[in-house]
Amino acid sequence: MSGKAYSGAEIIINSLVDLGVEVIFGYPGGAVLPLYDALFAQDKIRHILVRHEQAAVHAAEGYARSTGKVGVVLVTSGPGATNAVTGLTDAMLDSIPIICITGQVPVHLIGSDAFQEADTVGITRHCTKHNYLVKDVDKLSRIVHEAFYVATSGRPGPVVIDVPKDIQIFTSTNIHSGAIKHRSYRPEVKGDISAIKEAVEILAGAKKPIFYSGGGVINSGPAAAQLLREFVRLTGAPITSTLMGLGAYPASDKQFLGMLGMHGTYEANHAMHDCDVMVCVGARFDDRVTGRLEAFSPNSKKIHIDIDRSSINKTVRVDVPIVGDVAHVLEDMLKLWKAAILEKGQQSYADWWAEIDKWRERDCLRYAKTKDTIMPQYALERLQALTKDKDVYFTTEVGQHQMWAAQYLKLEDPNRFMTSGGLGTMGYGFPAAIGVQIAHPNALVIDVAGEASIQMNIQELGTAMQYGLPVKIFILNNEYMGMVRQWQEMNHGARYSQSYSESLPDFVALAKAYGAHGITVDRPADLDGAIREMMETDGLVIVDCRVEKLANCFPMVPSGAAHNEMILPDEEEIKEFEGGAALV
Amino acid sequence: MHHTHKEIELAERHTLSIIVDNEAGVLARVIGLFSGRGYNIEHLTVAPVDLQGTESRITVVTIGTPPVIEQIKAQLDRLVPVHRVGDLTESGPHVERELALIKIHCKGEQQQAALRIAEAFRAKIVDSSFESYIFEVTGKTDKIKAFIRLMEDVGLVEAVRTGVAALTRGAQAL
Ligand SMILES: Cc1ncc(C[n+]2csc(CCOP(=O)(O)OP(=O)(O)O)c2C)c(N)n1
Ligand SMILES: [Mg+2]
Repeated sequence: MSGKAYSGAEIIINSLVDLGVEVIFGYPGGAVLPLYDALFAQDKIRHILVRHEQAAVHAAEGYARSTGKVGVVLVTSGPGATNAVTGLTDAMLDSIPIICITGQVPVHLIGSDAFQEADTVGITRHCTKHNYLVKDVDKLSRIVHEAFYVATSGRPGPVVIDVPKDIQIFTSTNIHSGAIKHRSYRPEVKGDISAIKEAVEILAGAKKPIFYSGGGVINSGPAAAQLLREFVRLTGAPITSTLMGLGAYPASDKQFLGMLGMHGTYEANHAMHDCDVMVCVGARFDDRVTGRLEAFSPNSKKIHIDIDRSSINKTVRVDVPIVGDVAHVLEDMLKLWKAAILEKGQQSYADWWAEIDKWRERDCLRYAKTKDTIMPQYALERLQALTKDKDVYFTTEVGQHQMWAAQYLKLEDPNRFMTSGGLGTMGYGFPAAIGVQIAHPNALVIDVAGEASIQMNIQELGTAMQYGLPVKIFILNNEYMGMVRQWQEMNHGARYSQSYSESLPDFVALAKAYGAHGITVDRPADLDGAIREMMETDGLVIVDCRVEKLANCFPMVPSGAAHNEMILPDEEEIKEFEGGAALV
Repeated sequence: MHHTHKEIELAERHTLSIIVDNEAGVLARVIGLFSGRGYNIEHLTVAPVDLQGTESRITVVTIGTPPVIEQIKAQLDRLVPVHRVGDLTESGPHVERELALIKIHCKGEQQQAALRIAEAFRAKIVDSSFESYIFEVTGKTDKIKAFIRLMEDVGLVEAVRTGVAALTRGAQAL
């Protein structure tokens, strides 16, 4: 093919445009100057300049998770790439499609410890789905297309393309077009129909079934969430969700038992423990979910739908594995269910629901209301109540506030809750909110934060202000790394080693320093007013919501405990489980 | 990785054959997966096997409980440049061979003994000086180990092994 010759930098930008990319989150440096030059010369792709490369990746994650599109990142070599590593690892563990283009020193300098050289493909090998070092400009166009295909197909994930500076300058006429057919990577989306049949039969015979859904439903796309809703309603069975899956099934629906796992609801965990058939839909039996493995749902037949074969039988052995995309598999299941089961008249599960209702009566999310101090749970209940009719997206940081957000924000739709589940990255929420706001400029985007986590990417106030992003940062300020403090209370004799948030900034003054608006609130009576003020203020707002300092996050399945050994808020005694202190 | 007593008891030895795209870094990906996830590698061989050099075959001998072996295969299969993963131990009869070079230093009676043993093991002499030999021996891992053990008594200097190469029996490819 001898068409027009383009520089490597142009090839990258043109390929991104061809692939439908509208936004790049990035930060310049020596090794990507040709790329920034190519960006300068075009107006199809918008570049969002962050203040730290970690934030670029989290912003891209927020963008991706709230839209279903790919998040694209551009950073320089060496420190630019190493700063991105936390974000890449986060995207890897939560299966978020990210393309991260990193600059590299010129090919002839690789391996010489050149200025700002780092072995980026070596460093990111374990925290990406795949990575490329481009040494031939003729292959560049094909690699960009292939990287997109790998990032978005199968189980999504981050892909790094490391591009030496000279490759960005060299020219080539080789331009890839059309679909990618990879030599070795060809993920399957359709599930094995005989396994699906078997699953439907087992489910039809259940007396105590439960659906357990996860982030895979959201990754699969809106059709998957619709099919899940239809199928679950048709069966009349209860459903619980992981942190990553929240919103796929509406929280207000009576069949929804709330989140399961370490800080899941009493009813969800007991139902998981006592069920006779479990249908795991796009979730991976994570240790936060299962509790003590030997005691995990001991008497159930387990059906597991997952696009990643390596997720199956990884920690929990299942009876019917179905490898495939959630939407495809649910579609087949639904068809079979309608054809074979509905006709015969299905079970009503009345006894099972009676048991579940007993667990529900424990009202496990109840907490003691106070007059003088704001309980963090109350703050989230009010935030939920006052925003529920808005076009609202939530992100979170990591800690107690994150778990409370998962418990008290009643999520009705998928792609509306962005949180760092697998890696648990403090500092995720604010940049993720920036990415969400870029994708949804008119939506209300709220980062539910802790006073410690927010400081991990607080520099992004600059980014949000530069692009006029009206992100709302709602800090549940308990003056502690609350989750750490809670574990110290439970497992380490209440020795609060290094978990007090000393020397906090004046968040209102901080907001002001960046030209944003700040609000402090510390009395329950003023809370609604503060939330309203936050919503009514145009532009970025930080709410410093001073909450009860020593509140603990319950219910809780302590590390090393089983689902039916939960601690409820009103149970004073905090049991230590054998080996609990050694577990994470 | 932490192994319970039971896990050690149930551990099996499996020979895996992995066909990969012969691209830069592919071996690092495969090995990195083993170290990153705490799997064992007993043997590892790798070389391109087609004339164009576009595909390589990696043979790994690993030890783990059946669920761990299943995980290893699934994880390998997930790597983008991996075409196929075969479990020769599971798929039936197969041939396994290693090659070793063994250098010994000896004189007189020791020398005679060494040559007798070498003959019994069908080892070839590929280098010799007045007081030294290098033997080349091929066979199953047990045979190679036995040969090296015997050579220790007659003046072993150093030894090198290629690790296991293996193919299934019969006409079928992996
Ligand atoms: C980058 C990072 N470092 C350390 C931790 C460990 N960690 C988990 S929660 C937490 C405390 C978070 O404190 P804060 O943001 O105030 O939230 P709170 O628990 O008080 O709601 C820490 C330190 C982490 N998750 N991420
Ligand atoms: Mg805190």
